[in-house]
Amino acid sequence: MSITYLEAIREAQAKLLRDDERVFIYGQDVGGTFGGAFKATKGLAKEFPGRVLNTPISEDAMVGAAIGAAIEGMRPIVEMQFADFSSIALNQILNNAGTHYWRTNVPVPITVRLPSGGTKGSGPFHSQSMESIYAHYPGLIVMTPATVEDAYTMLIEAVAIDDPVVYCEHKYLYYHLKADKLPTEGVPTGKARIAREGRDLTIVSYSAMVHEALAVAEQLAGEGFEIEVIDLRSVKPLDTNAVLASVARTGRLLCVGESFPWGGVTAEVIARVAAEGFHLLDAAPQRLNAKDTPIPYHPNLWSAHRPNAKEIARKARALLRE
Amino acid sequence: MLQTAQRQSKTKKPSPPHERFLEAYRWMLLTRTLEEKLVSLYRGGLITGGVYIGRGQEAVSAACGLFLQKGDIFAPLIRDQAGRSAFGEPLLDVTRTYLGSREGPMRGRDGNIHRGRPQDNQLAMVSHLGAMISVTVGALMAKRFKGEKGFIGLACIGEGGMQTGAFHEGMNIAAVEQVPLVIVATNNHYAYSTPNDREFACHDLVDRAIGYGFEGYSLDGTDLSACLEVIGGAVKRARAGRPPQLVVASVLRLSGHGEHDDASYVTEEIRREPFARDCLKVAEQTIADLNLADAKTLTEWRKEAAAKVDEAIATAQKEAPPEGDKEDWCAISVRDLVESPE
Repeated sequence: MSITYLEAIREAQAKLLRDDERVFIYGQDVGGTFGGAFKATKGLAKEFPGRVLNTPISEDAMVGAAIGAAIEGMRPIVEMQFADFSSIALNQILNNAGTHYWRTNVPVPITVRLPSGGTKGSGPFHSQSMESIYAHYPGLIVMTPATVEDAYTMLIEAVAIDDPVVYCEHKYLYYHLKADKLPTEGVPTGKARIAREGRDLTIVSYSAMVHEALAVAEQLAGEGFEIEVIDLRSVKPLDTNAVLASVARTGRLLCVGESFPWGGVTAEVIARVAAEGFHLLDAAPQRLNAKDTPIPYHPNLWSAHRPNAKEIARKARALLRE
Repeated sequence: MLQTAQRQSKTKKPSPPHERFLEAYRWMLLTRTLEEKLVSLYRGGLITGGVYIGRGQEAVSAACGLFLQKGDIFAPLIRDQAGRSAFGEPLLDVTRTYLGSREGPMRGRDGNIHRGRPQDNQLAMVSHLGAMISVTVGALMAKRFKGEKGFIGLACIGEGGMQTGAFHEGMNIAAVEQVPLVIVATNNHYAYSTPNDREFACHDLVDRAIGYGFEGYSLDGTDLSACLEVIGGAVKRARAGRPPQLVVASVLRLSGHGEHDDASYVTEEIRREPFARDCLKVAEQTIADLNLADAKTLTEWRKEAAAKVDEAIATAQKEAPPEGDKEDWCAISVRDLVESPE
């Protein structure tokens, strides 16, 4: 048996609905016999009647309703059809959910699932990675699972956490990643994972870019370099200690993220390493992001817009030469 | 309702509607007394940030709070002190929040009218108008999920907030979910300084009700008896399982947007409109006309309101403010997940 990243997300939701009567799923096309634009809720409306509910195309109201339900004791999961459309709900996520505990002492346990990142042909409005925006604002946990196992256990943990969680699931990984079975236990949120050990260079990444980084590590192993790949798993909280520990071993740092280059997760990682681990660095830390343009439609442009293994390898080789 | 009562002998003991009228009046009076005091503290430099009052809107707001029961969800907005008090918000919550006591519900973290007690079903508004409609819908959905019956939600909005996308989404999803919701929209004729003709172009805001699948009612918000009848009726229908209710009340905002604003843009012409009457004075005239309470009683009530307000202010003024170096700077409740980059 094998299970995909997407199936893991569905199975996690099935388990949550089965185990916790406070859980319901709210989103566009998630209910009925359709089961969501990507089928992440396929069959769940039938299995859990009245708890997997279609909504109007109203991202603001979907999250607003989830906030109200969470205040009243429920554990809603909101599915955004695409991460890009969560921009319509920014006010509810950032200003309402994100401020609520701080202001009132009452936490808001909502989970907002964002089908994130690029796939060929999806263009500017169905490809975005929003984690840096959500991580920038106080009051939110931002998860970016890169493996089937994390997709499963982190979603279960997201719903258990008393605070609002933005769960960024990568669309490219939906069908590309497979595991033999689902885990019974996961790594705690906030702890990074060493995806591959090495001693010459640390590549810090998260979500789909972890796999690009792993491909580069494999490629450069053939050239005699041992590259350590750190999977952040959650970008907020960000496991600074794990990154510093890795840089202490390697002395070199490259951060790779799929989102836009201005500010963001990769800039944050480098800022922290520069501030707290400057003495550990043998070379100036580097980062690689998507280009500072909207995300293009055509596959030729799209594959050149996002960081890819070739570009990461080029950057890594340059760092290793320093 | 009161017109019928008026035909009865003035010496008769007031009927329950009269008692409710007087109860609402006293919340209005308390609110007017409190807010006038807050204004004077603000002008004396004793309140940081803004002061936003509901002068002219107390009748609508008091009626909102008065018909809600324990367990109902209330989402008040900027000019709903009367409703907040009638719903059960202690005066100390107000004075502590405005005066920056760390004992208040917001503990200095948020100010003025953004306060709330979500644990007691009084939601804490955000400034982004329209946002609280869908939150109220969600709270009612939760009650339905939990099998709690007989509860309603009431969310307040102004004609300014009615023009936001969030309001539209919230109204639509309320009707889709068929939750027992009452929206009380008070058209006070100005969104800050912008008059109605630059806010919307429909004939009457209540016409929007049918478009959303709501039942809609109009209301002269300066007339407390009308407020009680119309808002009370809407609450009753929502509780009975009718579709969501929209009440649109017409008043004039008898203050600036906040106390920093002298409202010089409000025209003399609009001040002569019937909706520009002061609802508190109208209510007092009704009390006098129907002999619902004598002058001595009214004086007693005014004194009582002033004493309560003074006490709440004095208490809050004695309390310590929050301090930056003692603050718990955690925006999330799960401590293990708090970020602390230095």
